[in-house]
Amino acid sequence: MLLSNDHSRLLTPLGVKLTLAVLLGVAVLVPLLNLALPPGSPFHVPTYVVSLLGKYLCFAMLALSVDLIWGFCGILSLGHGAFFALGGYAMGMHLMRQIGERGVYGNPLLPDFMVFLNWKELPWYWYGFDAFPFALLMVVLVPGALAMVFGWFAFRSRVTGVYLSIITQAMTFALLLAFFRNDMGFGGNNGLTDFKELLGFDLQARSTRVGLFAATAVTLALAYLLCRWIICSKVGRVLTAIRDAESRVRFLGYRVEYYKLFVFTLSAMLAGLAGALYVPQVGIINPSEFSPANSIEIVIWVAVGGRGYLHGALLGAVLVNYAKTYLTGAAPDIWLFFLGGLFIAVTVLLPKGIVGSLDQLANGLSRGGLRRPMAQKASGEVPGE
Amino acid sequence: MPFKSTARGWRLVIFLAGLLLLPSVAMAELADDLQGLRGGSYDAKGAAVERLVAGGDERAVPVLEAFLDGRLFLTDGEERMVIGEDSAGGYRIFDALSGEALGEVGKRDVSKIKINNKLRQLVKGSLGALTLGSKDRAARLRAADAVFRSKPADMIPALESALEKESDPAVEARLRRALAATQLANSDNKATRIAALQELAKFTDPQIRSLAAAVLVTDGAGNPTEPDAEVRAAAEETLKAIEQGLAFNSFLANIFQGVSLGSVLLLAAIGLAITFGVMGVINMAHGEMVMLGAYTTFLVQEVFRASFPTASDYALLVAVPAAFLVTGAIGVGIERGVIRFLYGRPLETLLATWGLSLVLQQAVRTIFGPTNREVGNPSWMSGAWEVAGGLTLTYNRIWIIVFAMLVFALLMVLIRRSSYGLQMRAVTQNRPMASSMGIRTGWVDAMTFGLGSGIAGMAGVALSQIDNVSPNLGQGYIIDSFMVVVFGGVGNLWGTLVGALSLGLVNKFLEPYAGAVLAKIFILVAIILFIQKRPRGLFALRGRALES
Repeated sequence: MLLSNDHSRLLTPLGVKLTLAVLLGVAVLVPLLNLALPPGSPFHVPTYVVSLLGKYLCFAMLALSVDLIWGFCGILSLGHGAFFALGGYAMGMHLMRQIGERGVYGNPLLPDFMVFLNWKELPWYWYGFDAFPFALLMVVLVPGALAMVFGWFAFRSRVTGVYLSIITQAMTFALLLAFFRNDMGFGGNNGLTDFKELLGFDLQARSTRVGLFAATAVTLALAYLLCRWIICSKVGRVLTAIRDAESRVRFLGYRVEYYKLFVFTLSAMLAGLAGALYVPQVGIINPSEFSPANSIEIVIWVAVGGRGYLHGALLGAVLVNYAKTYLTGAAPDIWLFFLGGLFIAVTVLLPKGIVGSLDQLANGLSRGGLRRPMAQKASGEVPGE
Repeated sequence: MPFKSTARGWRLVIFLAGLLLLPSVAMAELADDLQGLRGGSYDAKGAAVERLVAGGDERAVPVLEAFLDGRLFLTDGEERMVIGEDSAGGYRIFDALSGEALGEVGKRDVSKIKINNKLRQLVKGSLGALTLGSKDRAARLRAADAVFRSKPADMIPALESALEKESDPAVEARLRRALAATQLANSDNKATRIAALQELAKFTDPQIRSLAAAVLVTDGAGNPTEPDAEVRAAAEETLKAIEQGLAFNSFLANIFQGVSLGSVLLLAAIGLAITFGVMGVINMAHGEMVMLGAYTTFLVQEVFRASFPTASDYALLVAVPAAFLVTGAIGVGIERGVIRFLYGRPLETLLATWGLSLVLQQAVRTIFGPTNREVGNPSWMSGAWEVAGGLTLTYNRIWIIVFAMLVFALLMVLIRRSSYGLQMRAVTQNRPMASSMGIRTGWVDAMTFGLGSGIAGMAGVALSQIDNVSPNLGQGYIIDSFMVVVFGGVGNLWGTLVGALSLGLVNKFLEPYAGAVLAKIFILVAIILFIQKRPRGLFALRGRALES
């Protein structure tokens, strides 16, 4: 699949078709089962489940963005939650502006928390967020710009491997601290919440929630196609080559840092979009989304599903988050043991993840045990080499 | 501290010896002088007061205080001299000399020893002189400070005479300070006031700053309340000198705070740096090793409190090796059980150790509960050393600095002088070559991981003294420790030392201007920019490898 060199094979592998079918299928089926069937029916999907599934799909999109850089370019970002949160904040700011006079203080100009802090006017960086197109632009531009500046600095001086991971973690930690401050103008530790409507639709209404879910599923399908398209392009092949032997690619004359910068920025934009879809569905965005622990959790979704497959990331995100929902409800004390154990078990016992292992198994069966040439030297680094 | 307490101890011994030899004589003299207070005339009483001052016995102080307040009585009949305290039925009385409680008497059963204004003045002055001339150094210090606070004009002669007799420089300084402050507060003489202000300029003390500032106060119309321009000028000089002194002291205090934070970071980061140097592995569970070290300290303390309550001050000394062994063993276990299988995959190792950190945190939370556990400071680590005004160094932080430097030095010796250290350096520099030379790299890895974790455990012992012992303890330091490693570079312990100290200092110097949070953000941004220049840290290991 990864060795394909023309776009005619964009949709060829079975996994890709299956993924697209499932995504578009749920985009139609889940709303239908929610709206058309009476609540008593055994196939009825309650609205809260629709929102929950929508949340999973947002996480799946976030995992997709991480897989794009980690699975195909060897960049392990431990700060991708920051881009997600920034996209979420951009959307949250638009939703805050939509509240208008319906806030607790009834101030037509300022959001509640600013009235509470005794601010007299709107900070300049809130201008423009009244308009949905502008907010949508910011959803991708702000994370994209941060990723571009950060990546330019990091890739230009060849910060790679563990160093890059730590530095991205420091980035999200710095943002976490910054957004906790009240004088940043983003609601401090409470974040942004109490949203009323999006584009005139009441966010609490069942139809809006179902609509948001369908929009998320379609966006995810499109994002998945975009990633597929990049991976199958010539750029994608260079990226994979960088993952496997960065120096060699550089010696062949490629400007490695530009390729990395491109894919890192794109990935941040996807993460921002995921955040923007997430916020109206959960109804809140606060600084805890920036916490380094959240960002590391994204990586484990990808690792569980299998990195370097794209649909593996989607599968991993949905599975781990389902387990999280189930376990934090059924046995909250067990959840962290489970998550921690998952990190260890997957890295030690299942390094290719679920999809990778299935793939290997299938290949083993069909080709009589011939091993695939890809992903043998996944992280490419041996200390002291 | 040990010096001070020893000196005090010796003084006490001499003092006690003196008491054993001379008690009866001194007691008899005091009793005689006190009897003089009964005297028929005020002149006779005055002479008795002067004799008491000349005798210099502090036991006369409460009697004279009572005399001044009109609470010194003679009982009717046997005419015993007693001190009375108001009570419901009359007075509760105590023997003037021995302080022995003699029960309650009616108001009519005792007669007051009378005092007049002239005598009052005399007694007030003598009281100060008596305490200021006390044989006990601490009592003299207390008396000088009491005068400094209240600044009574009538104490000036007593202060002056006490100054003449004083030989201890510390007490002398306090007396000078008290005298100058009292003169400034009471005298109208220009020369005296200026001299007092100049004297006060020598002391760096926020209280004196307010004294000098008080001279410069203006009234509502903006006119200075102090009429004399020269005095005002002197006050300004004094104010400036004190402010400079205070600024310098707060600079020193910042350095101390910074070094203290830096040594905590050093302890937390050094293990991280050596494991990263040797194995190329970032141990995300390193913070949890620190946390486990703190919990080991807690357990050792509980054992001591239960079994050897008298020796609980030394629990910490036992906790250090205990924490090293516990966390070191866990470290070796982690290396053998997990990390060994992830060679050559540093990013996966990072994830696996992160998983371990979650498990360890949750395990501790399950066993010990999510709340903070109390770890006490031993007596030799509590309290503070007041160096000067605005500069107070707490003993626990001083000890932590000492401890961190000690650990650093020991580690240096281990790495430079032992055969294990040699092997470790070889593996750091070139793993395949070291392996070819017959070094058991697997064993070196395990030992290094154990050593790094053990040091983290000792960091936990130190942190238990200044931070809350909770399951999240390690999380608070881990990102800073990473920054130290990134900044200082790996493969050279000096890099870690420089990295930790500079991070600590920069943090503490930025805090007053930017606040703690902004200071931290600034440092993180600065480090992200710094690794542009030096992607492998300050003290990068030179090697021929293309990629490391």
